[in-house]
Amino acid sequence: MIKVLFFAKLSEQLGCRELQVNAELVQDTEQLFAYLNEQNNQWPAILKAQTWLKAVNQNMTADNVKLNDGDEVAYFPPVTGG
Amino acid sequence: MISVQEHDFNQQIEYERLKSQTSIGAIVTFTGLVRDIKQGQSVSDLSLEHYPGMTEKCLKDIVEQAKQRWNIIASTVIHRVGHLTVSDQIVFVGVASQHRGDAFAACEFIMDYLKTEAPFWKKETMENGETQWVDARETDQKALSKWAVN
Repeated sequence: MIKVLFFAKLSEQLGCRELQVNAELVQDTEQLFAYLNEQNNQWPAILKAQTWLKAVNQNMTADNVKLNDGDEVAYFPPVTGG
Repeated sequence: MISVQEHDFNQQIEYERLKSQTSIGAIVTFTGLVRDIKQGQSVSDLSLEHYPGMTEKCLKDIVEQAKQRWNIIASTVIHRVGHLTVSDQIVFVGVASQHRGDAFAACEFIMDYLKTEAPFWKKETMENGETQWVDARETDQKALSKWAVN
């Protein structure tokens, strides 16, 4: 399974903080994003409304990353700490 | 020392902890607080969300980068999460070095990177009860450019 996490404004808008995706259904993060868009008919509008950042196994990346069983992918808005 | 915590911190205790070695000639500390005004509106309180695990890893990476650039003897980064109110302390960065130049630069570098890379998100509650997620600021991104190597 691939663990998918959403944070802050994005998790609030999606109404979801975490979900598990069968690793056989998605080969990489591009496919995962497409899969997420199909999970709820309100999600595509939210997912394309602004630029969300992505981290794979807790490393931020803008690339399309190959996924393996047990990986963790997180989506979130630009950070605002400090 | 790196800590992501709900409870408050004590600057005096953190300062004494940094002052642990006799070779230290300079300590620079920064403390960030919850402000009461945001774009003309009154803020009553704040909640801070983070990405457990990644946050600590990210702060550690930032401190490592600072150590590669400056001569740092000891450092502390504390960031609070959860519910905070106006004037509460949010973040503490302390750097100890032999000379002040390293401590000043490293402290500012750590704060600039923390603000743009560490996965924390602020949600403000206004005095009228409305809540809103804080948007990332372009000025924070610009602050990073001064640390570019080339």
